[in-house]
Amino acid sequence: MTEERDALIAAVREFADAELAPNASRWDAEKHFPIDTLRKAGQLGLGGVYVREDFGGSGLSRLDAVAMFEELAKGDTTIAAYISIHNMVAWMIDTFGDEVQRERWIPGLTEMTDLGSYCLTEPGAGSDATAITTSARRDGDDYVISGVKQFVSGAGSSAVYVVMARTGEQGSKGISAIVVPDGTPGLGFGRNEAKMGWNAQPTRQVVFEEVRVPTTNRLGAEGEGFGIAMRGLNGGRLNIAACSIGGAQWALERALRYVRERESFGAPLATNQSIMFTLADMETELQAARALLHRAAAKLDEGASDIVPACAMAKRFATDAAFDVANSALQLHGGYGYLHEYGIERVVRDLRVHQILEGTNEIMRLIVGRDLVNRL
Amino acid sequence: MLADEERTQGPMKIIVLVKEVPDTYGERKLDLETGLADRAASESVLDEISERALEVALAHAGSADGVEVVIMSMAPETAATTIRKGLAMGAASAVHVADPGLAGADLGLTARTLAAAIRRTGFDLVIAGNLSTDGSGGVLAAMLAELLEVANATALSSVEITAESVSGTRTTDDGAMRVSAPLPAVISITEALPDARLPNFKGIMAAKKKPFETLTAADLGIEPQDLAVASSIMTAIAEKPPRAAGVKITDEGDGGTKIAEFLIENRLA
Repeated sequence: MTEERDALIAAVREFADAELAPNASRWDAEKHFPIDTLRKAGQLGLGGVYVREDFGGSGLSRLDAVAMFEELAKGDTTIAAYISIHNMVAWMIDTFGDEVQRERWIPGLTEMTDLGSYCLTEPGAGSDATAITTSARRDGDDYVISGVKQFVSGAGSSAVYVVMARTGEQGSKGISAIVVPDGTPGLGFGRNEAKMGWNAQPTRQVVFEEVRVPTTNRLGAEGEGFGIAMRGLNGGRLNIAACSIGGAQWALERALRYVRERESFGAPLATNQSIMFTLADMETELQAARALLHRAAAKLDEGASDIVPACAMAKRFATDAAFDVANSALQLHGGYGYLHEYGIERVVRDLRVHQILEGTNEIMRLIVGRDLVNRL
Repeated sequence: MLADEERTQGPMKIIVLVKEVPDTYGERKLDLETGLADRAASESVLDEISERALEVALAHAGSADGVEVVIMSMAPETAATTIRKGLAMGAASAVHVADPGLAGADLGLTARTLAAAIRRTGFDLVIAGNLSTDGSGGVLAAMLAELLEVANATALSSVEITAESVSGTRTTDDGAMRVSAPLPAVISITEALPDARLPNFKGIMAAKKKPFETLTAADLGIEPQDLAVASSIMTAIAEKPPRAAGVKITDEGDGGTKIAEFLIENRLA
């Protein structure tokens, strides 16, 4: 029902306008992670957008979700991106967890009274994620986890950590996905990293020193963890692409307003053909990115056979296009674009990392290229 | 006064009057042909004061047992989407009086129609905003109380509801008064009351399953063109004059004095 979908998206827009946009600049400057605002997002239904409804999820589609993340990102790209990561974690537990696990973790995650973090990357294993060394040694009915995870969003604030750890042989088949609740003895965190952007969400190392959890905390079977991690990332990539498009769309709208109002050489900037060409390219790139994103989201909803390359090319194209659009918006603002007060430089800083995380854009090309070549 | 036995049996029923209006922050225009608001000129929204009125009702329903909140609107058929937002926020059902014959209705006809719809639905308390952002009549609540023959308290900046009565603070230029009335009653509230809650996804998805009744004037026994009833006649309409240039005060050492004089002269001080 289109009317209902419009109402859902409008509710997210109202939330972004009221709760995120007025605070984005301050949260960035003060490196403040707004946990109270995330609770409100949970009350709205954003904690488990495409999680099943029985334990509090909203049961919506990926197409709905990407439209929502775009709206959220117009208010605050960094918080939108964190909510997207939280949703990826909630979805992984909802999809690969058993009933006991779902009943235990999903209600808090969907309400966002409990936040979720995703722990895959390590100091020595980034793009080559099958090389992770964090180990989960079996000891009776427990796993004992040792190792370090790098660049973990929400670390130190989350209640639930989904950790990819080695339970067997080298390579992708020896990895399992294990849920580690906050407060488990031996679980520790590094300092909040000083970053170029994404300042409103904490990024820390997560350190496991003989962390003991029952084997019943494992999602799926032993050795299935890498597949679970990658399936989580398919949707994660789309959500990050949506966040990029939302941030860039906001920057484009700001730039449009500016070039209409700002006069130079006796006329508004917008009357200058080179400015108009720039605006046209920005709009075209964003529309193309959105079309590619919606195509991939529809494939994820349908369970199509080419989900992986479809998500990879949408992520690669959208995050590159959106960064360039935001950067162009900064240039169109001249010196004002470089000031904190205008917000454009923040969006540029925030969007830069989208070209790196959830799989770098080089890895996205590898996925798309390999799929093409192997199709022969 | 309605006799006690005329109050609704069972749960307490609160009717909240809501109105679709042109977006307050958008362009607002009158159609110079018809004298009606040009609804195409801007986005339509649920009037913010309506949302606050609904919040008063929902807050009470959330804190007391057996309270049913019904939203009611007299509006064109296209307003159904906006009215449904009230259901998404938490009202249990909606009554929409939609009749082309009521387009451009004056306050008298609006009050007669709504009073008939309110009687038909049954009520213990009717809550309205004190003033819509478009029509700005500000008298509908009083007219309804008159027609319904119940007590009326207007412009309340705080509201307390019990099973038997409604009371609150009425702020006037001369001070604040405490007022109360036994139920059934009609009240209007001011924007001093809290912002409305945002509808959440569950509310939005539940809204489509809630009762939504659409009524015509005939269903309510109302004849819009009834010449036996006095009604207002629009005699002239004109475009809002363009904004004149502002007054510039140049500071020649006496800028402060000049600004003060300007404010006093225009009774803004």
